[in-house]
Amino acid sequence: MQDDVILRLEGICKEFPGVKALSNVQFTLHKGEIHALMGENGAGKSTLIKVLTGVYQKDAGSIYMDGMPVTINSTQDAQKSGISTVYQEITLCPNLTVAENMYIGRTNEMTTNWRKMNAGAKQLLDSLQIPASPTQQLGDCSIAVQQMVAIARAVDMDCKVLILDEPTSSLDESEVEKLFKLMTDLKARGVGIIFVTHFLDQVYSVCDRITVLRDGTFVGDYLISELPRVQLVSKMMGKELDSFDDIKQEEIADTIDRKSAPVFEATGLSSAAGVNPYDFTIRRGEVNGFTGLLGSGRSESVRAIYGADKVTGGRVMMDGKEIKIKKPIDAMKQGIGYLPEDRKHDGIIGDLSVKDNIILALQVMKGMFKPISKADAEKFADEYIKLLGIKTASADTPIKSLSGGNQQKCILARWLLTNPVYLILDEPTRGIDVGTKLEIQKLVLKLATEGKSVTFISSEIDEMLHVCKRLIVMRDRHVVGELTGEDLTQTKIMSTIAGGEKK
Amino acid sequence: MTDKKLSQDQNFFLRILKKQIFIPISALLVLMLFNLIADPTFFRVELGISSLGYPVLKGNLITILDNASELVILSIGMTLVTAASGGQDISVGATIALAGSVVLRILCGTDTLTDHIHAPIIVAFLACVLVAMLFGAFNGVLVAYFKLQPMVATLILFTAGRSIAAWINNNTLPNNTDPRVGYYGNFFPGIAVPSPILIAILFMIVTALVMRFTKLSLFTQAVGINAESSRLNGINPQLIKFMTYVILGFCVAVAGFIKVSRLSTINYSVIAKDIEMDAILAVALGGNALSGGKFSISSSIVGAYVIQFLTITLYRFEVPAAALPAYKAIVVIILVVLSAPVVRKKFAELKKNFTAKEAN
Amino acid sequence: MKIKKTLAILFSLSLGIAAFTGCSTAGSGSGAGSDAQNQPAENSASDGNAGGDNTSSGELIKVGIINNDPNESGYRNANDKDMKAMFTEENGYEAQFAYSLKNEEQIAAAQKYIQDEVDYLLISAAGTSGWDSVLKDAQSQGIKVILFDRTIDADESLYEASIVSDMAKEGETAVNWLASQNLDEYNIVHIQGVVGSSAQIGRTGALDAKAKSEANWNIVTQQTAEWSAETAQQIVQSVIDAGTKFNVIYAENDDMAKGAVAALDKANIKHGVGQDVIVMGFDCNMWALEELLKKNWNYDGQCNPFQASYIDEIIKNLENGKKPANKVVIMEEKGFDAETITQADVDQYGI
Repeated sequence: MQDDVILRLEGICKEFPGVKALSNVQFTLHKGEIHALMGENGAGKSTLIKVLTGVYQKDAGSIYMDGMPVTINSTQDAQKSGISTVYQEITLCPNLTVAENMYIGRTNEMTTNWRKMNAGAKQLLDSLQIPASPTQQLGDCSIAVQQMVAIARAVDMDCKVLILDEPTSSLDESEVEKLFKLMTDLKARGVGIIFVTHFLDQVYSVCDRITVLRDGTFVGDYLISELPRVQLVSKMMGKELDSFDDIKQEEIADTIDRKSAPVFEATGLSSAAGVNPYDFTIRRGEVNGFTGLLGSGRSESVRAIYGADKVTGGRVMMDGKEIKIKKPIDAMKQGIGYLPEDRKHDGIIGDLSVKDNIILALQVMKGMFKPISKADAEKFADEYIKLLGIKTASADTPIKSLSGGNQQKCILARWLLTNPVYLILDEPTRGIDVGTKLEIQKLVLKLATEGKSVTFISSEIDEMLHVCKRLIVMRDRHVVGELTGEDLTQTKIMSTIAGGEKK
Repeated sequence: MTDKKLSQDQNFFLRILKKQIFIPISALLVLMLFNLIADPTFFRVELGISSLGYPVLKGNLITILDNASELVILSIGMTLVTAASGGQDISVGATIALAGSVVLRILCGTDTLTDHIHAPIIVAFLACVLVAMLFGAFNGVLVAYFKLQPMVATLILFTAGRSIAAWINNNTLPNNTDPRVGYYGNFFPGIAVPSPILIAILFMIVTALVMRFTKLSLFTQAVGINAESSRLNGINPQLIKFMTYVILGFCVAVAGFIKVSRLSTINYSVIAKDIEMDAILAVALGGNALSGGKFSISSSIVGAYVIQFLTITLYRFEVPAAALPAYKAIVVIILVVLSAPVVRKKFAELKKNFTAKEAN
Repeated sequence: MKIKKTLAILFSLSLGIAAFTGCSTAGSGSGAGSDAQNQPAENSASDGNAGGDNTSSGELIKVGIINNDPNESGYRNANDKDMKAMFTEENGYEAQFAYSLKNEEQIAAAQKYIQDEVDYLLISAAGTSGWDSVLKDAQSQGIKVILFDRTIDADESLYEASIVSDMAKEGETAVNWLASQNLDEYNIVHIQGVVGSSAQIGRTGALDAKAKSEANWNIVTQQTAEWSAETAQQIVQSVIDAGTKFNVIYAENDDMAKGAVAALDKANIKHGVGQDVIVMGFDCNMWALEELLKKNWNYDGQCNPFQASYIDEIIKNLENGKKPANKVVIMEEKGFDAETITQADVDQYGI
């Protein structure tokens, strides 16, 4: 076994001011294997990847490629050693074409042979069945396609080690399938793949080995066949798991207030983002959800409720009274909160502190001329940092230096602080570890018992089943069905998505 | 115990090094030290008699504070514009010429040369504020609503502003010798401190109060860092961007008013020439990112004083006229490089390594 | 794709700006031009026929005048007014005016005038090079060229005359005046214009030479204020703060002299005739000459913008077949002393 090791990390340490991100971590990757790197948020996965790709410099430890020690001080060093990476967040240039993105920074020549470049790109895209044209501007492609272009770029660089950091979080199932096929192909060619993901299903369907990290330390390196799911989860969380299926077993309390007028009711709502007119109602204490494949219009639908895109038609009532929501502030004033799908682009204000991010929505509602006092702001921030267990050095730390899950909690805190009557959560658990996911699900149910209404969107259907009493199913930007009660099963949802009638 | 103390010291160093205001303040200190060594009497402030017969303060320090006033006021507005729109207004020099022309047009009536004012000064000032804010609004509309690059949008007034200023006064260079016109750029009768210093201090106090009692800074920073996110949180990014340009317009009006008052006349082709570059430089010296986002107005203000200090220092050392820009450029390059975030980070790391070694 | 879009926007914008500024200058130019044309038209309506009788040949001399933008400075403004006052129908001319601070635009205007078959091209060039071919065109068409105010790098045969100011002589006149004040000691604060400009070189040269040759002439500070009053004020203020003794301000234009005086006033230092500090300026702005009248300043050197009468004389001579004796005509320039200046001088020479 020892001779087919292509990458070995030993005793890696990395410290940030105030935080020990990695301490004495080891990792071994063999030729032609898909190796899952698992851990909760803040476990050190991203840091380890960044050390390996030269984004960060390690404080201690050594890296061996094919048994030879290598120094990686920059991303160029990593590329030269044959390590390529596709990150969770797209790091390509949206204003260049697909082909340009695939070849940028890789040619040494001063001039570019455009025709050759485009032809090469086309061949590769075709062979990977990526639905994009080389001359198309990347920003015009869907996030999924952008992600696949990033992978294509890495694949084309003839890498020995391919790192996929959360590549599937923006992909729908058929795209995930394609990616897995591609990964298997590469594996057959002897490429070692490091796969970072939160999806347990995906780990078990494609990976050979698992390395688990927790709190910046190495927990273990396991063959997939030797580690059942429950054990994996318990290793990641560091405790025996008793509440993994808590919610499912419990009867979800019926908190819906059916007597008074619906909190929110829309008829014929449509928006400039291409949502066809649809009707929607939510009652006090109700948790419902939009489901459908990626691109089905579920996010666009809730954006229309919030006024995030230009509303082009329809009537909206709250508590039985007709209102107008033209822009987000209108919705906020009605007590509607919205946690957007694209956290980095639409959610956080990266350079601002955790505290400022938390108080932002409340401050905006109060207006520019009625500042929340410093003491109050600190109190609010501390309260929610504690309540949601946000891991941050302090309330004054810039939010961008937090891990994705903790950023998400900050945004959630921002809306909870405004004490909304109706909260829209679009993918609140994406890229978040299992433990936090459960916490958020519980929190949503708790909000419902307090008489608040929540619309919950998630790509994971079983998660939706855990919290939602009613599911609105979408396909091709149309509402194609509404499921409640006994219909709320995986198979029923699947069949509705696949073959429901357009309304 | 010593370990703990050491790490505290280290934290203290790091905190100071990380503070944005560190670089401009230390630049200021170095300049002061330099002058103090070269001339121990450099900071002596004396009481003199003004031409109106009142006791007034005199000295290098007073001259520097006095002459930096316009730049300080402009740097405040420029910081906000930079933060919100991620770009700079290069038309401030031209709009100062415009605003100044309006002041003299009102004070001089149709005369080119006059020894009395034709309208109350407050009227001239208000008109100047109105005009400057209108032109600020013009820039703001182009940037916020037409989404032009700030530099491109303000290029229009940069190019045309001085011609319009000339047109306001029929191509003449008006001159008003009424002593009251000069109060705001020189001395108020009976007050020993030059008026521009007082106006600048007043302006800083007002700015501090606005920052304290409104959340302008939070909103501006939010828009500058992530406009889409801000929009989804109920902020109107366009309105915020527009507002910063109008605020800068107000700063321009005050600066222009002081400039005109200093000489009681205006030469629209050279007044406040290149001051936009100094104002942008002040923002950069303050360690603010010119691409927008987080900002520190106090750092920009210190940056503005550094620029003026540097200018006067170079005059004092009688640097040959032809070489003056080169000297200025060298100092500026050093300062800007030092205040670049990348370098500051390196500094912090070096310091950390150093103290760590000491600990061993 | 996006780059192209941005480029397109930039391009159309710069066109827009060009059109905008173009309009403003062309607007003021044509406005002023029509003024010039209106006035004689009115005149000819009132005492019109008499004027027509006076013109012996009965035919107007067509001149194309290419000048810098009058907005550039008070000097240029005065120069333009002088040209407009001279080249009127009354005086036997049919004049067209073009203004630009850009050489290419000026050359294009010259080509247009050549097509219009003017008799004379009068040029104050924005730049010194690039004129050869267009001047050759003019020559082959029999159009005579007279340069004013500025010279160009072209063969002397291509033009009839060049009327220029002698900046060095202006400097000398001023320095000689200063020498005639017979001070015991000259401690001079010297404020320069934009370094490298012909006015700066001429006016600095004379003073530097004198200061070198005389033991009791010291230049205590020599610094450029780039023609700006504010900068001049700062420079003088820092000299005062430094405690340096001086008794002469030699500023290379009126604006900077004004800035220097503002600094003196602020520090309560007496200046002018019979006072502690002698103030010298250049350009003879109207307001500057008024300061002389009030004896607040001591001297103002002229940079003569009134070239029209020289040009008129040369054209008249050429029409009568007389070539000017020298191709380069240097204008007479005055220097005014506060003790001898009169209101009449102010009215006549103030610009």
